[in-house]
Order: sequence, then structure tokens, then C-alpha cells
Amino acid sequence: MMSDAAAPMPSADGLGCGEPTVLRERGQREVFCGLASIVWLHRKIQDAFFLIVGSRTCAHLMQAAAGVMIFAEPRFATAVIEERDLAGRGDMDAALDGIVGRLIARRPDIRLLFLVGSCPSEVIKYDLDRAAARLGQAHGPGVRILTWSGSGLETTFSQGEDRCLASMVPAAPAIGADAAPQLLVVGALAEVVEDQFGRLFDALGVGPVAFLPPRRAEALPAIGPATRFLLAHPWLGETAQALQARGAARLAAPFPLGAEGTTAWLKAAATAWGVPEDRFEAVTAAGRARATEALARHRERLAGKRLFLFPDSQIEVPLARMLARELGLVPVEVGTPYLHRDHLAPELALLPETRLSEGQDVERQLDRCRQARPDLVVCGLGLANPLEAEGLTTKWSIELLFTPIQGYDQAADLAELFARPLIRRAALAQ
Amino acid sequence: MQLTVWTYEAPPHVGAMRVAAAMTGVHLVLHAPQGDSYADLVFTMIERRSARPPVSYTSFQARDLGADTGALFQDSCRAVVERFQPQTLLVATTCTAELLQDDPGGLAATLGLTIPVITLDLSSYQRKETWGAHETFERLVRTLAGPGVLGPGAERPPRAAGERPGCNLLGPTALGFRHRDDVREVTRLLDRLGIAVHQVAPLGATPADIAALGRADFNVVMYPEIAAGAARWLERSYRQPATKTVPIGVGATRAFIHEVAGLAGVDPAPGLALLDEGDQPWAAPLRQPWYARSVDSTYLTGKKVFVFGDATHAVAAARVAAHELGFTVVGLGSYTREFGREVRAAAKDFGVEALITDDYLEVEAAVAAATPDLVLGTQMERHIAKRLGLPCAVISAPVHVQDFPARSAPLMGVEGANVLFDTLVHPLMMGLEEHLLDMFREDFEFRPDAAPSHLGTAATPAVATPDPAGAAPGPDRPAPIQPAPSAPPAAATSAGAATLITWATEAERELAKIPFFVRGKARRNTERFAKERGVATITVETLYDAKAHFSR
Repeated sequence: MMSDAAAPMPSADGLGCGEPTVLRERGQREVFCGLASIVWLHRKIQDAFFLIVGSRTCAHLMQAAAGVMIFAEPRFATAVIEERDLAGRGDMDAALDGIVGRLIARRPDIRLLFLVGSCPSEVIKYDLDRAAARLGQAHGPGVRILTWSGSGLETTFSQGEDRCLASMVPAAPAIGADAAPQLLVVGALAEVVEDQFGRLFDALGVGPVAFLPPRRAEALPAIGPATRFLLAHPWLGETAQALQARGAARLAAPFPLGAEGTTAWLKAAATAWGVPEDRFEAVTAAGRARATEALARHRERLAGKRLFLFPDSQIEVPLARMLARELGLVPVEVGTPYLHRDHLAPELALLPETRLSEGQDVERQLDRCRQARPDLVVCGLGLANPLEAEGLTTKWSIELLFTPIQGYDQAADLAELFARPLIRRAALAQ
Repeated sequence: MQLTVWTYEAPPHVGAMRVAAAMTGVHLVLHAPQGDSYADLVFTMIERRSARPPVSYTSFQARDLGADTGALFQDSCRAVVERFQPQTLLVATTCTAELLQDDPGGLAATLGLTIPVITLDLSSYQRKETWGAHETFERLVRTLAGPGVLGPGAERPPRAAGERPGCNLLGPTALGFRHRDDVREVTRLLDRLGIAVHQVAPLGATPADIAALGRADFNVVMYPEIAAGAARWLERSYRQPATKTVPIGVGATRAFIHEVAGLAGVDPAPGLALLDEGDQPWAAPLRQPWYARSVDSTYLTGKKVFVFGDATHAVAAARVAAHELGFTVVGLGSYTREFGREVRAAAKDFGVEALITDDYLEVEAAVAAATPDLVLGTQMERHIAKRLGLPCAVISAPVHVQDFPARSAPLMGVEGANVLFDTLVHPLMMGLEEHLLDMFREDFEFRPDAAPSHLGTAATPAVATPDPAGAAPGPDRPAPIQPAPSAPPAAATSAGAATLITWATEAERELAKIPFFVRGKARRNTERFAKERGVATITVETLYDAKAHFSR
């Protein structure tokens, strides 16, 4: 399928030296759509509710992706479009208004309601912005209504977070052009990681610091030309654009995975704030030492192991960089659903020579994987058990989204995610 | 539009996947946007399948919508046939592609494939998973067994001399609740009766096996939700009668033995002998009746049970609970609307109103209102029961990874009856243990948060200690007194109204003297009693007034 686009594309089109060769493929994609981001976003923003306007498939996806993490009362739900809704638009508006009214009445703690678009709502061109304006009138100012699309037509997995955060940017208050510089850390991080970074920025004298998304929607950080922002994840292209449209400036950096990535990421902010070199060294020394020491144990087991990454969340390039440079793994193929060349430039500069692939034809990629016989495969849940049954060792990629892995003190946790499958296989082989 | 938090059933194309994944030599091409491939993980993770389901997705994206999605679908079909070389191709759309109106059947027909192509019309905006599986299986049978149908007035050819009577087992699929083990158990039972199993379908069948279904003398409809349509068509087309009894429980197994023996023209005695307890019932193959009669089971008498699941399993579990274990059925319901009539009829026998719904909040409210001692249900009810602090056993799909045990655990036949005894009784406190705990409740080892000894500490919050005194509401526990912001009124715990109910210190102390395994219920009942009467502060008096009220 789509074989014209599937051929390897050597860098004949003027990608200069340092620019990687990228194998671009189209075919069956074994990835989540952006709705899956809601699984972590709804835990992060504690007074927000995510209402998907979609189908039974969307509802089932959320259930399957959330897996065993069935919370007693999740802050997400699906308004399932039915046959009669497809017959006439008027009904659908009224039905949606009724559902939102009931939801808000039932959950008085909700301050922000996201109307989330899906594949079916996009194909029938249901106007969620208009619905949001109407519902905002009815339920504002106590409840703010924002919209974004997590459809598989437009988003892959973590790009849902990108759309969600981008939808919040225009709603954030403004800070004046003459305000002192403020740091905004962009991308959902575990609270423990946020707090660690907060303490480090504090010690460096970088600040004030705010986080997007905030833990509570009411506390949306102010944004303006004084904002300098650091992306915590590589999948935040649209959010970065929205922030830049409000005058904020992006601090280019590798992503905070591993000791090296974390140091470079902190350094980007320190440089922007003019933090003296010795102070930076002093503040980060302890974290770097702890990370290096903790990683050494895992390095013994992981060094030299060959690694194959299937595309999943876009974390693959920074992840491969960290695993290669700090743990000695050898990436055979690094697949990513989308390669943001600008935001990943500092990462690509550090990544050892490997095969990069963008997009997916899962059957061809499985062929390459079987042929390469890597020591460790990073892939989604649909592929993991079948590959294990073929004798390959796998690591579920979804865990990289649900586990705190950023920063110095999580570097070893990240390494352990990759060591554990190998330890287990060795243990069971005895 | 319908507001859905958790769903009992997946969309209909997942039902088609359950049939395709059960078979070999079949491949399903789904015209579907990027992201719909998530459904693979339900098979590889929940059922621990070691191969990907034989399903391919066109994975179209926004940029494809302006171009020719029909061509994309055709390319996908060609690639699938070339790579997987299936003997039969199934084609269907998921919800989004249904809106594109690409006509997969027409598109596939123009490819000139030499294998049968079956188009599934799945009506994603009206139908659900079980219907999708039913429809897919019936289409497969009609198409593949179609060429051999008997002409008008034609009789089934007689069996060859000396050949055993034979049947097909219809209905087991991938992701079915204990289907794998039921097939083994029913096959064993039929073998004892001298009846051969020709084909099991769709589980493990090839297209050739489906084409040969007409060879058997009759069909065993194991799961009517999936196989009823196919069995009806086979009855018309091949004059094959179909069984009506699903052999879950001792009574149903006995009836099933008589039914199949009649259909096969064999003596039921060898099968009935399996149900014979003999003079050593504790050591008989069928232990359930003796276990139910043994004195330790006395405490089961009249325990209130709420049953919800697919129609077949819910009705069967209710009958076993009531007639074979001596429980009282206080609620019976199903999410399979297609079988609402059967469930309503069964509910009438128990003197309860059937609950036919796929809204889990409605089920939760019904469970809370019925105040059962035990909930039998699906994974949904497991969560509902957990929230309400009630013991629960899973007896029906939708299922979780733990509902695919490594051991064989059928629900049908002799061993199924034994398994059901364990399933229904283990979540509850053992009889003697209950009495001993009551007697020695002041003993320091019987601290309020102690779990039944046989369940271990891990089971504590889910099972027998609904409400340790003074414990803060946790994520799995409802906050019964105040309407906590996270608890919906619809959840129908005592947090429904906006009234605040408080416990006087002495009442709280008195409550702590009640054995911990009934304390949660006492607390709930008392709060309900207080709320109904507008009592703001619960005193020792209120506690005993409520006890008197509810013990009537």
C-alpha cells in the first residue's frame, strides 16, 4: 500500500551534513489517536473534564487505553453520536447541550470543560467551536469551555496533548511587554518532577516559573512577550506556535531525559537568565552525580544491546539519544510518528548514526525488526505479546508516558524500564 | 447522543474482530482512520494472544480524505491478500469510514480476487459488539456453507453405517468469557454420550470447516448471542436442529444431556452418570450439590445476590445461585437488549424486574438500591461492587486479563458447576469463620481491618471489609457521608442528597462493635434510614432503629 511513498529517501534533496537520512513510510499505522492523551491529561488538570464528541469506538478506545487504570469516577466521557444525530443537526446541538448541562450539574468541581473532537465529528464537520461559544454563554464564567481535536485523522497519540495545551494558550491571561522575563515549562509532567525542576530553577535564580498545563485550570499561567518557554516533550509543535503567536520565545534545548538531557535543558534556561557558570555547576552537581551513579548499574546490563523503536509518541528520538549516550545501547531503528525537525535539532545533533523512520507501514517495519533481531524492542501494546512470542524482548512504549522519567532523579527509573525486560527474560531462561 | 463513561460493549467491528481472530485462514480488512488499530491490544493484552489478530486497517488520515480513500482501501486489500494469503477475506468499515460511504464491498468486488470476499454491513451508529459478532458469524456461515444447502423437500442424507452421531459447537469466539474451557468441557460431555463434535465454530475453524458445517446431525448453540442467527439458518438450510439449553449449572447440564441425547438418538445414561454423586459425594466428579448441602454452606441461605451480564450468563448464574446454592436473587439484568425478552422472563421467575440497560451508572444505582450481599457481573460490576464495598464475582464478558486464568475454568458441564460453586462462594466469608469472628470479635487478632483468612491482605479493600471504622475514604471507597465532589449523585450511594449526615461519637463507637464484615452494610443502611427520615445526627438510637427497620 502506498508503495510510492514507502521507498527509502536518501538525503538527495539537499539535507546537508548533520541532517539525518529519514525513511518515510505510509501504510497501516499501529498507533493511538490523540484521544489517548486524555488518559494522562485528565489526571493532571484536576478541575477539568474531557468530553469527547465521538462514537462508541472513541469510548472503547478510552477504556482499552486506560486499561486497568479504571478510576472510580473518571473526568472524561464520550457523547456517543447515534444514527438519529446523523439525520439532523438541530437535534445534535440540543443533545450536546443536555449532556453538558447534566455533566456540569453532577460535577460542581469542574471549572474547565474540554469539548474534544474525534474522527466522526470531524468528518460530519460538527462545529465544536460554535458549540463551545454557545455552552460558554450558558455555563460561564464559572465553567470555561475550550475545544480541541484528538481525531486520528489529525493527531497521533501525544499530539492530543499538543492540541489540548494549544487550546489553553489563547485563554491564558496576558503579561505586559515590560514585565521581567518569566519561565514557562510546557508539557504535562508528574508532580514530583515539576517540584524537582521548580527547586532547581529556584536554586539557579531562574524565575518566576510556571507550568503548562497547570494542576488547576483556574491557575492558567499568564503569557506574553516576557515569557521564555522550555518544552518538556518533543510533541508540542502547535502549542509552541500558539505561544510564539502571543510573543513568547522558545528556548531551544534537548529534552530532559537522562543526566545529559536534563543538564542541557536546564542550561538553556540558565543561559537565558544569565546564570553564572559556576553557580550552574554548583546547583546541578549533586543531581548529575546521583544520576550518573544510578545509571552506572544499568549501563553494565544494557551497554551494547541493540534497540529497535516502533513509532508511538515522538519521544523516540530523545529516548534513543539518552539510551545510546548514557547507557550504551545501540539503536538499530528509531521510528517516530512525526519528526519535528526544528524542535528536535538539538537532539538529532547528539543522536548517533542510526536508521530514522517517520510515519509507518507496520508490516514492513515488522519485517525489518524481525530481520534485525534486536535485543530490545520498544513498541505498543498491540505488538508486544506477539513479538515476545517470536522470541524478541519488548518494552511497552505506553509506560514512557505514564511513568515519571524526566530529570536527574528519574534517569535511573527510565533506565530500569529497559533493564527489567532483559532481567526478566534472563531470569525465566534459567 | 448518549453520554458514555464506561461501555459494556465495544463497537460492532470489534465483534467482527472477535470472530476473525477466533478463526484461521480468514483476514479482516477494516476501512478505518489512524488510531482504530488500538483494538488489537484488547486481544493481545487481555486474552494474551500470542499473534496479532488477523485484521488490517487502512489507517487513513486527514490528507487522504481529499484524495481517493477508495483506492487506499483497494490497495490495502491487495496488500493483505498478497502478504497473508487468506482463504476468505472479510471487509468492513469502522464508524468513521461508514460516513465516507466508500462501499468496501463494491470496491473489493472489482479487485478480481479469487477467494470469497464477505462484506459486513456493521451499522456502527446503531449496533454494538455482540451484534457485530453475531452478524459476522452468520454472514460467514451463509456465504461459505451456502453452496451445499439442501434443496426444497430434500432430506439430510443418512449417516454412514457405524458412524457416531455428530454435532457442531457454535458460538465460541476470541475474547469470550471462558469459551476456550467451555468447548473442552462440552466436548468431553458429548464424547461420553457417544456424540462426535465435527466442527467448533468460529473458534479454531477454517473457512473449509465452516463450509462443512452441514455434515453434522445437529448444532449445539453454546452462546445464542453469537450463534443464534447462524443456527437458525443452518436449521432451515440443512434441516439441522439446534439445542435450546445452555449447560451452565447442574440442572441445565442435566437438561442439556437429555436434549442432545434426544437429538442424537442415543442413551442419555452415560452422561447422566457423570452427575451421579454415588455414596461418596465429596469425592464424586460433580461436587457442587454436596458442597451446597454441606453444613458450612448453611450461611449461604438467603444471601442476596444481584446478577448482571450478557443474557445467557446472567440468566444461568441467577438460576444456579437461586436453585443450586440457595441464594435469593434480588436483581437480574443484562446489557444485551437483543435478548431482553429472555431476561425479562427469567427475572419474572425470581419476582424481580429485569434491568435491561447499557448504562453502567444505572446498574450502579440498581445495585446500591438492592443492597445485595454478593454481586455477580462483569468487570463493570466488579468496579461498582468495589465502590460500594460489596463482594463480587465475574461471570460474564466484558472481561479483564484476570478472567483468562491459566487453569481450565469452564462454566459449562460438570466441571463448570464445580467452578461456579467456587466462583460464587469464595468472595464471601466462610461460614464457620463468620461465626468464629462474631464470637471472638474483641480478640486482638481480629482487628477491624483484618481480611478473611483465605483471601489474603491484598483482597481487603475489595472484599470483606467494606468500612473499617474511622478509615478515610480512599480512591476505591465511596465517601458515604458527605456528597463528596467526586461522587456523582447518580451513583446512588448515601451521598445522593445535599444533606450532611453526621455520626454521634457514641453511635460511631457502637458501630465499631458490629462485626467488621457487616459493618459497612450497617453504616450504609443506617445512613439511608437517617436520610429518609431527615435525621441529621445518627445516635445509638438511630442505629438500632435502622437495624430494626431493615431486619423486618
